[in-house]
Amino acid sequence: MYSVNYHRASSVADAAKLLKNGDAKLLSGGMTLIPAMKTRLAAPSDLVDVSRLKDLQGVKVSGKTVTIGAATTHYDVSADANLKKACPALAQMASLIGDPAVRYKGTIGGSIANNDPAADYPAALLALGATIITNKREIAADKFFKGLFETALKEGEIVTAVSFTAPAKAAYQKFRNPASRYAIVGVFVTKGKDGVRAAVTGAGEDGVFRSKEVEAALAKSFDASALDGLKVPAKGLMSDLHASADYRANLIAVMAKRAVTAANA
Amino acid sequence: MSDVSLTVNGKRVSGSAEDRTLLVHFLREHLGLTGTHVGCDTSQCGACVVHVDGRAVKSCTMLAVQASGSTIVTIEGLADGAELHPVQAAFKEHHGLQCGFCTPGMIMTATDMIARHPEGLDEATVRAELEGNICRCTGYHNIVKAILAASETMAKGAKGKAKQAA
Repeated sequence: MYSVNYHRASSVADAAKLLKNGDAKLLSGGMTLIPAMKTRLAAPSDLVDVSRLKDLQGVKVSGKTVTIGAATTHYDVSADANLKKACPALAQMASLIGDPAVRYKGTIGGSIANNDPAADYPAALLALGATIITNKREIAADKFFKGLFETALKEGEIVTAVSFTAPAKAAYQKFRNPASRYAIVGVFVTKGKDGVRAAVTGAGEDGVFRSKEVEAALAKSFDASALDGLKVPAKGLMSDLHASADYRANLIAVMAKRAVTAANA
Repeated sequence: MSDVSLTVNGKRVSGSAEDRTLLVHFLREHLGLTGTHVGCDTSQCGACVVHVDGRAVKSCTMLAVQASGSTIVTIEGLADGAELHPVQAAFKEHHGLQCGFCTPGMIMTATDMIARHPEGLDEATVRAELEGNICRCTGYHNIVKAILAASETMAKGAKGKAKQAA
């Protein structure tokens, strides 16, 4: 790892100020950033640690409205008793990220700001139609995830929370790479007051996306049988040593089916 | 350089380290606590697992300065004098180690796992929870046995204590 200057922010405003130092980056759980720095894929001059800011932590459930602080760890999301009642699919999804030690450190804000094309949270937030709250504005998930490792966040902008209305039904299913355990394909489906949404991670050349085909089929009937014989186009899907685009296209239909079955269970 | 102050295995310690120093290197090289191992160095194998503020994390993927102010328990801090911690005793009893390299991380993960499942553990849960710990000797069978046995011993211990208190 190259030399770096560490700063522990005392508040979000302080973090915004510290971010103006050289080529500074925010540090939350560090589960992606620190490995990237160790391999010198990332070499920020300064790190601004926001993981201890109490304002950024915790899950709040008020009626159907769920708000999760950006520095809430995957473990805390997976174990939150109120969330398990309001939106068990999201708690379940968080329990499938990485391994227990990673879940104790990694955070929802860090995951979405990084927008890894195989990360789980981007699919969840897109399917939930969530709002991403920053220190400057609110951004709809549909406009937040821009491409591979790319988001709508501007220079110096800090994710502080995410918020969504708990849907009537939701579930997440992923097909993992047997070695890395990252999603080769993950599908998060929801059925809420604005209809059906289905978001796919792990497969898109431009990162997370909503599957028109899955959504159209499920809009007719929110049942696994509605996806029988569904053809998802392979165009725009990744082909790599783990899986071809055709294989991923097929997996999208399979995972969507499993997710709908789980959502209806 | 930054000052790093920690409570490690019940003792307050402090030192100066480069900001890029990983917690595992601070523990091993500054404090001489070489029980915590560096295996893969890519946060996959879990040989470096220690408890930071009560949570089992990978000390190769955390800066020492990030942990400053925290309470840390390493494998050296588990035994009560000459008496092994129940998880250590179970690993000995059930031969839960072969070369022993992954053992400190396995045991720190296991103690955290048992604490998080006061209702008890089954084999499937133990295997799933060991996702982040790799045994290069592939000796998982006895590791799982040891963790299940320790979980039972500790549950009995907790009940015994509750009775004494009553």
